[in-house]
Amino acid sequence: MNLNLTLFAQALAFAALIWLIATKIWPPLLKAIEERQAKIAEGLAAADRAKQELADADARVTEEIRKARIEASALIEKAQQQAAAIIEKARVDAIVEGTKQKAIASAEIESMATRAREELRGQVAALAVAGAEKILKREIDANAHKALIDQLVGEI
Amino acid sequence: MATAHELTPTQYIQHHLHNLTGSVGEGTFMTLHVDTLATSVLMGLFMVFLFWLATRKATSGVPGKWQAFVEICLEFVDRQARDTYHGTSKLVTPIAITLFFWILLMNLLKMIPADFIAKPLELLGVPYWKPVPTADVNATLGMSISVFFLMLFFALRSKGLGGFTHEFLTAPFGKWMMPFNLILNIVEWLSKPISLAMRLFGNMFGGEIVFLLIWVLGGAGIAGMLAGAAFGFGWMIFHLLVIPLQAFIFMMLSIVYLSLSEDSH
Repeated sequence: MNLNLTLFAQALAFAALIWLIATKIWPPLLKAIEERQAKIAEGLAAADRAKQELADADARVTEEIRKARIEASALIEKAQQQAAAIIEKARVDAIVEGTKQKAIASAEIESMATRAREELRGQVAALAVAGAEKILKREIDANAHKALIDQLVGEI
Repeated sequence: MATAHELTPTQYIQHHLHNLTGSVGEGTFMTLHVDTLATSVLMGLFMVFLFWLATRKATSGVPGKWQAFVEICLEFVDRQARDTYHGTSKLVTPIAITLFFWILLMNLLKMIPADFIAKPLELLGVPYWKPVPTADVNATLGMSISVFFLMLFFALRSKGLGGFTHEFLTAPFGKWMMPFNLILNIVEWLSKPISLAMRLFGNMFGGEIVFLLIWVLGGAGIAGMLAGAAFGFGWMIFHLLVIPLQAFIFMMLSIVYLSLSEDSH
């Protein structure tokens, strides 16, 4: 407990240390801390903003998708109508064409049948003539009996 | 423990409680405790150096590990200061930081067994070396008197000379009890720095004596050495609590006193 000048020396050292801390250490550190706080606050605000923006964008996208879907379904409907119309027209055309082809074909068949019948008739007449010839064992003048043969042919 | 073989335990303890003095003038007052000053200044500069390591490249971005640690420490003290002191002064936090960490570092020197420091210095021709500055009443009083003048300064700044004098004479009993007020206030103001200094000094000095007693035991043969090691370890563990606690109390009370001196009654 011997008090002496050390006391004042210690007080001076204390004052010097306070000065050092108050000028060189604490202000720059506090500044850094406060700047960081500001930065973090800014970052949090930015994150909030970004979240809001994202929500907005999501809403916009949903709206766009909804619109696109409506548009697409309208397009599909239109396409289906068109397709139906085309098919209908094709069917009608096909029927018309088919009928036409059938008519042509039946006409051809008719003419071929007629021709065949004519031919057959001619051949039968020839055969009849040949037969009669054999039966009569004599020459029949084809021209003289033409009227008779034609009559026979007509009867076949 | 070579000294213990040559000295009686009392002499050993007294030897270790003796400061290295340097006379700078006439009379017993004009001496300096060289060991107290050297270690306290060393610890103060060490503290500033540790903080400077963190602040020289202080960044507001991602801090380095050391910067983060120093920030945690200083913000802890800053929070205590802000919670207690509501005035405008920007000086309170630096005062609190200086007090807490300086006292903490000085107290921590107690963890080094006294002879580890004293013996090598004795070989270098230094006869006495008391390593813990806070176990020297000059050091603690030096700080608490500084705090006392800071209290005066804070009081005068916030109240003015007239207001301070008026309050000194009239609080707490009103102007008709002026002499009692004066006596009470003088006692109140003087008791603050003295109690601050004595609390820290008493704790550290007492702890130091117990440490020295344990080291005396450590000088008494093999069994004594083992017992001394065990007791020394226990006492060190206990001081792990006492050392920061005393530093914290000194800092906290200083802030409270500074805050009170600004408040008007």
